[in-house]
Amino acid sequence: MLSVEDLKSCYGRIEALHGVSVEVRAGEIVSLIGANGAGKTTLLRAISGVQAVSAGRIVFEDRPIEALAAHKRVALGIAQVPEGRQLFEPISVEDNLKLGAWTRRDVDFKAELDPVYELFPVLFQRRHAAAGTLSGGQQQMLAIGRALMAGPRLLLLDEPSMGLAPILVEQILGAVQRLKQTGLTVLLVEQNASAALAIADRGYVVETGRVVASGAAAELLADKRVRAAYLGV
Amino acid sequence: MAENLQFAFSGLTVGTVYALVALGFTLIYNASDVINFAQGEFVMLGGMTTVFLAMAGLPLPLAALAAIASTVVVGLALHRLAIEPARTANPIVLIMITIGASIFLRGLAQVVFDKRFHTLPPIFGSEPIRIGGAAILPQSLVVLAGAVVIVVLLWAFVDRTLFGKALIATSANRLAARLVGIDTRQIVGFSFAVSAAIGAAAGILITPITLTSFDVGTLLALKGFAAAMLGGIGSALGAVVGGLLLGLLEAFAAGYLSSQYKDAVAFLVILAVLFAMPQGLFGKTRVERV
Ligand SMILES: Nc1ncnc2c1ncn2[C@@H]1O[C@H](COP(=O)(O)OP(=O)(O)OP(=O)(O)O)[C@@H](O)[C@H]1O
Ligand SMILES: [Mg+2]
Repeated sequence: MLSVEDLKSCYGRIEALHGVSVEVRAGEIVSLIGANGAGKTTLLRAISGVQAVSAGRIVFEDRPIEALAAHKRVALGIAQVPEGRQLFEPISVEDNLKLGAWTRRDVDFKAELDPVYELFPVLFQRRHAAAGTLSGGQQQMLAIGRALMAGPRLLLLDEPSMGLAPILVEQILGAVQRLKQTGLTVLLVEQNASAALAIADRGYVVETGRVVASGAAAELLADKRVRAAYLGV
Repeated sequence: MAENLQFAFSGLTVGTVYALVALGFTLIYNASDVINFAQGEFVMLGGMTTVFLAMAGLPLPLAALAAIASTVVVGLALHRLAIEPARTANPIVLIMITIGASIFLRGLAQVVFDKRFHTLPPIFGSEPIRIGGAAILPQSLVVLAGAVVIVVLLWAFVDRTLFGKALIATSANRLAARLVGIDTRQIVGFSFAVSAAIGAAAGILITPITLTSFDVGTLLALKGFAAAMLGGIGSALGAVVGGLLLGLLEAFAAGYLSSQYKDAVAFLVILAVLFAMPQGLFGKTRVERV
């Protein structure tokens, strides 16, 4: 479904990705793990088109998209839940969700909102509140809900568990699993490697702008090196 | 007392124009971080184009509409031809570009129109209305009413439509706006168009009172900028309050000191705001960007 081939990307003169290749197949949850500054966010930004790419290809459903503007990639079916949530803070929860469906303004909002409210009922209770007033967990739910409103086939998640209490992490990752069951494909970036690999089909380990290991999630979980570096065992 | 009331009337009238210019600054700044110093030229183009179309025989309302429409085209062209190609440049460069554009537009106006002062007939005549010993021109009330209509329309648009929400979303979080699929370039272009329309309308409304010429834009841009700073750059409410306040300050300075000092007030306001309260009256403290 998504194939990233030998992708390079720079911040100014400094290259942050030195040729990364990642493959995501339809229906999978693929986890991308790696330490601070490894380049995980840079990769997701490049896939979404908000980060310039200096070399390599990004192919989505057999279509090269590396030259497409960001808004066109959303329309094609790639939505991102960015690092740090990046909500429209002064705007209400419900309007944040409606803006999530910006590329599909012809849809019936109510029919689109219902499944999101069903997945995260607390968003329904707080639908008139400004997004900036939500708690951390609620904000993360809203960020996911907003991305779902785009009707994506591929969901990019950047550290959804960051800063959340363990019970909320469980709730969020549980929701991701349920989304998978509805047929959604997910590329999940996490520092919380054990939690991410636990729900994933496959995984990639990124270190300083390169993929250094990849394989089935269970294999990575068992891998000695991965365990030592990312699972603290 | 009557004297003070008189100062207040004239202050509010010009202050309304400053407020509209400041609102134009605010719209573009919020969508793009660009401070558009060509904002004053929109005011000039509104007034001058109406004058010349009316002289060419067009009925006044039609001339005014055509002037607004052509100023919108200029605003869109400014965005597409000058700002958009340089959008990755740093803000200082973009500001220089808008200053260059304003010089260009002024030069163009001098050639296409002329260098003389012009006026338009006031809508409801020029017989002053007496209130509490002070006199107010009917056109001043037209300026105020026009500004109220503009502000209400803008507010309704931003608050009641999804496109308006996308405008707020883009100014609140540009990255997130792009990630939900908002074409932020289109939003910035739109903000240039609306700012141009507001500026042109202000120019048309005020011309019967203050006259217009090819070079009125420079000072108006400066004063609108001072008003926006005073209100807090990025705040629409601040732009309106800042504009009215600056107009009043000017009118009272001119009345109590000397009309020679009137234009210095805007400079003093800019300096005072920079030193004493960089975020203005209603601005958010935001991280300094270089
Ligand atoms: N805006 C930026 N300007 C310059 N360099 C940047 C910028 N953002 C990231 N980098 C650099 O690019 C590299 C990759 O960063 P990136 O944010 O992609 O890492 P990450 O894997 O997402 O890290 P984290 O787990 O902390 O989120 C890092 O060395 C970082 O310092
Ligand atoms: Mg990151």
